[in-house]
This record gives sequence, C-alpha cells and structure tokens, in this order.
Amino acid sequence: MSHATTDTRRQYWELEPHHHPEGASTSLGFWVYLMSDCLMFAVLFAVYGVLGTSFAAGPGPKDLFDLELVAVNTAMLLLSSITFGFAMLAMGKGDQRGTLRWLAVTLFFGLCFLGIELYEFHHLIHIGAGPQRSGFLSAFFTLVGTHGLHVTFGSIWLVTLMVQITRTGLIPANQRRMVCLSMFWHFLDVIWIGVFTFVYLLGMI
Amino acid sequence: MATFSNETTFLLGRLNWDAIPKEPIVWATFVVVALGGIALLAALTRYRLWGWLWREWFTSVDHKKIGIMYIILALIMFLRGFADAVMMRLQQVWAFGGSEGYLNAHHYDQIFTAHGVIMIFFVAMPFITGLMNYVVPLQIGARDVSFPFLNNFSFWMTVGGAVITMASLFLGEFAQTGWLAFPPLSGIGYSPWVGVDYYIWGLQVAGVGTTLSGINLLVTILKMRAPGMTMMRMPIFTWTSFCANILIVASFPVLTMTLILLTLDRYVGTNFFTNDLGGNPMMYINLIWIWGHPEVYILILPLFGVFSEVTSTFSGKRLFGYSSMVYATVCITVLSYLVWLHHFFTMGSGASVNSFFGITTMIISIPTGAKLFNWLFTMYRGRIRYELPMMWTVAFMLTFVVGGMTGVLLAVPPADFVLHNSLFLIAHFHNVIIGGVLFGLFAAINFWWPKAFGFKLDVFWGKVSFWFWVVGFWVAFMPLYILGLMGVTRRLRVFDDPDLRIWFAIAAFGAVLIAAGIAAMFVQFGVSILRRNRPDYRDVSGDPWDGRTLEWATSSPPPAYNFAFNPISHGLDTWWEMKRAGAVRPTGGYMPIHMPKNTGTGVILAALATVCGMALVWYVWWLAALSFLGIIAVSIAHTFNYHRDYYIPVSEIEATEDARTRQLAQGV
Repeated sequence: MSHATTDTRRQYWELEPHHHPEGASTSLGFWVYLMSDCLMFAVLFAVYGVLGTSFAAGPGPKDLFDLELVAVNTAMLLLSSITFGFAMLAMGKGDQRGTLRWLAVTLFFGLCFLGIELYEFHHLIHIGAGPQRSGFLSAFFTLVGTHGLHVTFGSIWLVTLMVQITRTGLIPANQRRMVCLSMFWHFLDVIWIGVFTFVYLLGMI
Repeated sequence: MATFSNETTFLLGRLNWDAIPKEPIVWATFVVVALGGIALLAALTRYRLWGWLWREWFTSVDHKKIGIMYIILALIMFLRGFADAVMMRLQQVWAFGGSEGYLNAHHYDQIFTAHGVIMIFFVAMPFITGLMNYVVPLQIGARDVSFPFLNNFSFWMTVGGAVITMASLFLGEFAQTGWLAFPPLSGIGYSPWVGVDYYIWGLQVAGVGTTLSGINLLVTILKMRAPGMTMMRMPIFTWTSFCANILIVASFPVLTMTLILLTLDRYVGTNFFTNDLGGNPMMYINLIWIWGHPEVYILILPLFGVFSEVTSTFSGKRLFGYSSMVYATVCITVLSYLVWLHHFFTMGSGASVNSFFGITTMIISIPTGAKLFNWLFTMYRGRIRYELPMMWTVAFMLTFVVGGMTGVLLAVPPADFVLHNSLFLIAHFHNVIIGGVLFGLFAAINFWWPKAFGFKLDVFWGKVSFWFWVVGFWVAFMPLYILGLMGVTRRLRVFDDPDLRIWFAIAAFGAVLIAAGIAAMFVQFGVSILRRNRPDYRDVSGDPWDGRTLEWATSSPPPAYNFAFNPISHGLDTWWEMKRAGAVRPTGGYMPIHMPKNTGTGVILAALATVCGMALVWYVWWLAALSFLGIIAVSIAHTFNYHRDYYIPVSEIEATEDARTRQLAQGV
C-alpha cells in the first residue's frame, strides 16, 4: 500500500443522499430460496435413486407408467412456462391486459397439468399401487407429489398476483413479484424435466 | 411406562386424560412453571407492559431487538436443557448396586432426547442466530437486514418450535429415541404415541424460521455492505457468519425433507425408512447426518469469528493472517459436507469408504489448526488485556484443542469401532460444543453486551461465573472420557459395575460446579443491570473496548437506524482506521431515513403454525386444516399491504444525534 492508512482526505461518512432502491435484494433472496428448495428436491431424487428398484414384489415402472399421458402432461407444463415468458414480455412493454391474459393462459396449462397428475395418482391408488405399497412407490409419489404441490402453490400465488395486478397495476412491487413467480415457475419446469427423464423415461427402459 | 391410547375422537383427536403425565416430578415442575408463568403474566398486566411489549418488541422488525429476543429465548431454553442434564447426572450416579435410580426408563429416555434436541435446536441455534442478527448488520454498516419482516417471522417460528417441544413435558410425552430419532425406533411401530410427533413438528416449525433467517442474513451480507466494504474487507465475524448461513441454507432443507419423509412413514404409512416393503432405515441415517455434520459447523463457525474479533481487539492488534482465516473458514465450509459418514463408521460401509471419510475428517483439523495459530500469533507481542471476553477466549483455546484432538482420534475408523457410541464420544462433543460454542457465546455476551444495552457487565461476578464454568466443565466431562475408554456406552440408565460409580460421582460434582457458574452468570446480569448508571459501568463512548469494527462507531445502544450516515470503508478494521485518521462524526445535514414498519403478521403466522403443529401431533385434523388455511389466508392478506415502510423525520434524527453529541462531550 503506497498510501498510509491515516490519510485525512479520505471520506468516512457518506454525506450525500444515497438512494437505496427498494427491493434490491429481493431477486437474490428469492434465488437463494429456490436453491434451498432445489436441495429438497435433490433429497427426493436421491431417495428415489435408492428406493427406485425396491418394488417389494409389487408393480414396477413398466407396469404402471403411461408414457403418452406423461408426455401430454409434460407438454402442458412446458407450454405454461412459455406462456409465462409471454406474460413477462407483455409486462416489459407495460401491457397490463396482455400480462393478465398470458397469466390466465399459464394458469390454465398449470391446472391441466395438475388435473392429469391427479388422474394418474388416482388411477395408481385405485389399482392398488398407492404410496404404501413399496419403497419405490413411496419415493415416486413423494417426488412427483411434492412437485405437484409446488405447482399448486404456484397457481394460488398466480391467482393472487393477477388480483393484485388488476387492483394496483404493474407497479414496481408487482413487477418484482412477477419476476419471482416466473423464476419459481421456470424452476418447477426444470425440476419436472428431471422427473420426466429420471423417473419416467429411465423407468421405461 | 405411561399408558396411552391412540383412539381418536373428532373433536380432540387422540388427546384424552391419558395425555396428562402421572409422575410427581413432572407435576412438581408443572406447578413451578405454572406459578412462575402466572406471576409473570400478572406482573406484565399490573405494570401495563403488554402494549409496550407488543409494539416495541414482539412486532418489531429491528434486527437488534430481534437478536436480543433470540438470545433471551436461548437463555430460557438453556435452563430447561441444563435441568435435563442435571437429572441425567443424578440418575447415573444413583442407579448402582441394584437401584433403579429415581427415573423410570420411559422418563429417562425422554430426558436424554429432550436434552440433545433443546440444547442444539433451541439453545445453540437461537443463540448464534440472535448474535448474528444483532452484530452482522452493525458490522457491515447497514441499517437493517435485507428482509426485516421475514426476520421477525423467523424468530417467532423458532419460538413456536420451542413451545411445541416444551408442551410435550406436560401433555403427552417427548420422543424416547435420542436426539436424531433414528428409524426404525422412531417409526410408528416402535414409537406409536406422540413423542416422535412432538419432535417432528417442533423441529419443522422452528426449521422454517432457521432456513428463512439463513437466507436473510446471507443476502444481507451480500447486498447491504457499506460502500467500500469489499468481501475481503469484511470483519471476520461477518465472514464466519456468512459461511455459517451458507451452511444453513444448504443443509437445513435436507433436514426438513428427511423429517417430512419420516412424517409420511408415520402418518401415511409409506415405506421410506421401514424394515419391510422396500424401506431403508440406513438412508435416514445418511440423510440426517448430511444435515447433521454441517450443522456442527453452523454452530462453531460464528464463534470462531467471535474469538477472532475478541483476540484482535484485546491484543490491540490487527488479526494475524486475516486472509488465511477467511480461506480456512471457507475450507471448513466445503469440507463439512464431505465427512458425514464418520458418524457411523461401524455401520458396515467397508474399509475403503471408511478410509475416505476418516481422511476427510482429519483434513478438517488443518484449517482449524491454522485458525488456532492465527489467534496465538495475534496475541504474540500484543498488549493483551484480560477482560472477560479475552478470558473466555483463552479458556476456549485450551479446552477446544483437547476436544479437537479427541475428535481426530475418533476419526480413525479402527479406534471408532471401539469408541463408537461410548461416553468418550459424549465427552468429545461436549468438549467442543461447550468449550467452543458455549464459551464463545459467553465471550460474545461479555463483549457486545455494552453495545446492546449501554453498560458493561460486572467483572467480579463474571469472573466467578468463568471459573465455576471452566473448572466445572473439566470436572464434569473428563470422567466421561475415562468411562468411555472403559467401555461404558451412552444413554444407559442403570449400572452393575460398582467401579464405575466414582467417575459418575465426579461428573455429577462437575455439573454442580457448572450450575454455580450459571447462577453466577445470572447474578452478573442482575448486578450489572442494578448498577447500570454508575460511571464505571456506563458506556457513553459507544466504544468501551477500543474496538476495531463498525459496530463500535455508533452509540451504545445504537439508534433504531444504526448510523445517521452510511460509513465508508477503505480497508480492514474500518472503525480502527477512522479513529487513527481522526475522522469527524458529522453533526448536521441529516436526511430522512427510510425504515420498515413494525408488523404483527409474523406473530400471527407463527401462532397459527404452532397450533397447526400441535393439532397434527394429536391428530386433530379439523384444527390442523383450519390453521393451515389460516396461514395461507394471512400470508396472502399480508401481500396486499404495500405500505410497509416509513421515513424517520430529520427532526427525530437530529434530536437523537444531538443527545449523542452531548453524551460524547461529557464522556471526554
């Protein structure tokens, strides 16, 4: 260091007005939250990895999974991610009605996804392949079900945000919430791609 | 063994008269707690303090007040955890020569479980969270944390978890499984009643708070630092807190999910950790220790930071090897994820796996050793002042080294096959947790108390507490090393071999000495509060120890906004440099300060979560559903409130700062 630490010209207090933008930490905070959530899924994937072949003389993936149905389901979720992207683009243009419209489309696809998942679960339980049947089915139901619960809460959040945007418009606070929800929604998409590959596709080999 | 019934009614689930314990010890405790509680409530009502408590404390989003509340919670829970310890010491010295002692197996097993759970989750965790909450924003020159409302909510969730855990004492039972509730013992087949459910929901409710507070402090450190304060200019306590919070965010989700899976096994009948239908109990043990080992470092890292601050302050020197200290901390953070299997070397993973984890474990002692040398070199040729925080630090160095060495010994798999689950292990981890975490917390209390309250703690009673504690620790735990080497395993209730008794007697005497240390500590608090206005106790300067970091740059206690102007950092030890440079504290030109408003939402949400947890423990499904819907409804309603902040007007800042100017002038 060429300057001594006792340089009196140095300023030690910030005397000018200093603008702290509101919510500056929100997206980072939400990212960190998502990563912690990701770890919960990591545990579930690991558990599925351990128990995925513990059939306990019960049915396995090939006996249970209907890949075509799951493909439709996956398409629903992927489409909902695209339409959320359109909602973000509309928001970027300040188009409140467009934003709401695309959010509604997103909600529709999200609910379709949930509907198909519930149908699949109901069918499995109905034929005696419920989560109590074997370690494999416990892990399957919990991994897929936890994802489904996330989509459910995402949908509740989405409706709430639609109401809020209708009432107060695309104010900065609502825009921040949109950014968070879109990260959440795409995150669930990424998780689902893992589920689809790791559980359904690999299970059918 | 208590009788119980799992038959349920719609209204009360499985709650019925059997839930009330029949044991006189529990009854006596209940009477004492109830009388104390009634007296406290009456006093609060008599002096009309409810409104003040609610407005100024419970609903506060001020990180300083939340930090203090965390530490009060930890101190209260510490008394409970210590009472459990004393009961175990008494039982183990009593139950010789055919005697069953005074505790039956059902009661004793709950006590050792509750002791571990409470000391880790409701003493150590709130203590360090409170400390980080109080100190970190001040050290980085910030006015609050990134998410003040979340901070308040996190605190109340921790309280909620503590309430659920404590409720088990008087209603039903607590788990009898040991503090990590390994299945299949913790499964519904072997633990059919409410004990394990209390354990699960207590930890889950508190765990939400811990995870959120980890995220909050992590983001605070990344985003809220004073201008000029780069990462490598952060005070070392902030660095170690940063790493501890990374560990919280990256490990508590694993605990949460593991407990969810155990919950599903118990409530839904899944087969994750069962013995039949494809379950795998060993998976639980792996998962819980993947959380559990990082947890150890969550506890100790912030205290390494405390010891660093204390050593450098009381040696009057810059910390020796600041960057090596940072790198050592980061190394420990990473390595803490690579050692979990050393908790079950005996479980048959094979020689290669055991060797890997044995070696990674030993490697951790290298960065830890580097830290120790850094502290010693900081003291070397320093002008050391043996104030109370420094005394605790030196006691830590001597004690912790022994605990570290026995840890390295346990890391050798063949040795671990002999020592696994013995009292040697118990002695080892109490050696590092008491000698490291607790001594560090006591150093921290003595160090930052004047900052928080504006007066120093009494030195005489502090020294009494110190000597009773340190001597008491050695007397209480060295016999356990010996007993462990003699082959005594943990969690035993009765003994046959009369030769063992003397060691248990010595250990019990040590517990008495520690009790005296605890009593002296509370006397120290009391005496200091009574003498707070005496000149030798009062801290008018805001900098009673000739400190080095920014928390000493403001008044004691700091105003709600911490700093009227943001400090600017040009290097390490910013406040030290400011003092050397003769930086003048600005006394005019204030601007309104933007601050968050208080809110009661955190209290309400946590109360609903606590009710939900209790309802789930007792299978009161309607109440669980109702309170869960309540949580969602209140959360959504909260998001409709867009007006969560206000400006502190210039006149108010002026009044506060002028008072400070007058105080400083008197102090000189």
